[in-house]
Amino acid sequence: MTTASASKEPSRAVVNWREFAVEQIVRLLGLSAIALVALIFAFLLKEGAATLQEVPLSNLAGTRWYPTFGYFGLVPLVMGSLLVTVGAVLISVPLGVGVAIYLGEIAPEPLRDVLKPTIEVIAGIPSVVLGFIGVLAFSPLIRQYLGAPTGLTAITGSVLLAYMALPTIISIAEDAMDAVPKSYRDAAYALGATEWQTIWRVVLPSARSGILIAIMLGVGRAIGETMTVMMVTGNAARIPTSLDAFLRPARTMTATIAAEMGEVAQGSTHYHVLFMVGITLFVLTFLINAFAAVALFRSERRGGGRLLS
Amino acid sequence: METPAKIELQHVHFAYEDHEVLHDINLRIPPNQIFVLFGPAGSGKSTLLRLLNRLTDFSPEETHLQGKVLLDGQDIFAPDVDVTRLRQRAGMVFAKPVPLPLSIRDNITYGLTLGGRRDRSTLDETVERSLHAAALWDEVKDRLDDPGMALSGGQQQRLCLARTLALQPEVVLLDEPTSGLDPISTLQVEEALFQLRESVTFIVVPHSVQQAARVADRAAFLLMGELVEEGPADVLFTRPKDKRTEDYVTGRFG
Ligand SMILES: Nc1ncnc2c1ncn2[C@@H]1O[C@H](COP(=O)(O)OP(=O)(O)O)[C@@H](O)[C@H]1O
Ligand SMILES: [Mg+2]
Repeated sequence: MTTASASKEPSRAVVNWREFAVEQIVRLLGLSAIALVALIFAFLLKEGAATLQEVPLSNLAGTRWYPTFGYFGLVPLVMGSLLVTVGAVLISVPLGVGVAIYLGEIAPEPLRDVLKPTIEVIAGIPSVVLGFIGVLAFSPLIRQYLGAPTGLTAITGSVLLAYMALPTIISIAEDAMDAVPKSYRDAAYALGATEWQTIWRVVLPSARSGILIAIMLGVGRAIGETMTVMMVTGNAARIPTSLDAFLRPARTMTATIAAEMGEVAQGSTHYHVLFMVGITLFVLTFLINAFAAVALFRSERRGGGRLLS
Repeated sequence: METPAKIELQHVHFAYEDHEVLHDINLRIPPNQIFVLFGPAGSGKSTLLRLLNRLTDFSPEETHLQGKVLLDGQDIFAPDVDVTRLRQRAGMVFAKPVPLPLSIRDNITYGLTLGGRRDRSTLDETVERSLHAAALWDEVKDRLDDPGMALSGGQQQRLCLARTLALQPEVVLLDEPTSGLDPISTLQVEEALFQLRESVTFIVVPHSVQQAARVADRAAFLLMGELVEEGPADVLFTRPKDKRTEDYVTGRFG
């Protein structure tokens, strides 16, 4: 390239100048994305750190969240978030992967052409609208049929979050299965496997890294979700002690921050603790993602389930 | 009367949608030898092989079949045929080695466990027997739990052969099984076929005329969906009757 344009000094200079400019702009954009995340975390730390001086650790590790009375136990909030998220995962993963299998492997072509876009539309429903539907239409069902004292429970949140995660899980898991080479299926069929055996023992394992990513992205959307959860989970900070905690109200970290941030005095202890909640959420999310990435990496090295060759 | 054919095709026509790929094929393949099916690309060799164990059932397109395909005199497209059993009797090895995403051992026992067999000692015995038969045992006996994907290309292809042999098939269909392999691996695969041809009917689509001549007991020349000529290898590759066969084996086209 250099030799070809060497004879045309001016144009080469222009090209080089443009190249340089574009490179710098892209670099700036890249760096600013990283800087932004770093800034957010720094800001969280700065605002939250004061907590450690103002509130004893034993209080933070306590089981009661009554900010007005000076009880800042984070445990019920963390448990609340986990409860709602775990519920959402338990519902959305089997359902999402199941639908993906149906769409990709079983559904006849015309039906698939209708279903896929329909499912993708669900992803576009604003979460506040979902929350609305949850409060009005779904929570009465929970009260009526699951015998919960109120319809605003952890499971209500889980179901709606699962619903939000489903389009992502379905669509990415389906792509992953679609990418499994035809030759794998042929090989299984040629050994006498039925269609279902081929899906279960060959297609799913081969696509598992893609399916895991689908689940991570779907659940990632669920765990950070605020609006729906705040509207439908009842927001009572309590520690789940048994399975029927799903049928009681719960309070998540995100809902707590959203609900209380507007009412605290800036610089107060309560204000600082809310930032501490944010830090906890940040760290938890990071850990979950890191675990998933490690699990993915491990299973890839062991099973060799890559879509190679 | 000659010996009964292992596989027989009677007036077989086969089409994907309205594109006829095989035209009036009549063919008798005798048992326990290496039968080679050769011809230029697009002649319908792969289609013919896939017809023999009904992999064509899974074609996303609509397919049309006329005529009869017989295995030991039984019509394999008859409504009461157990297709799983058919595919175990007539196994297949593909051009690209496709180890399943499993360990070496599980790749080989996969077909058996599908049929519900779990008995550990039978399975272990099968693993060893099949790997020996595919001339792979010595290379992998200490690493049976490694993923099948970790093997070299030539080893993967022999693993696929072993996986097919594990089901003790009567017929093995091989579609250009060595097209991606180096010469040494190719010889190893061919050698494995020679070792087994007393007890298995091999139908091989070779990746070159040289390989066809090297491995064939009998051979058939397929051109544009038509069976041009069929006969013992020494006749077909040295004094073919049909001008088109002669042109092809002497390298004048193809
Ligand atoms: N699944 C399929 N759908 C439609 N056409 C096909 C399919 N498979 C093969 N064909 C067509 O059938 C003809 C024969 O193909 P093939 O059997 O693969 O030949 P060969 O193995 O001799 O190269 C080709 O024209 C090919 O395009
Ligand atoms: Mg072919």
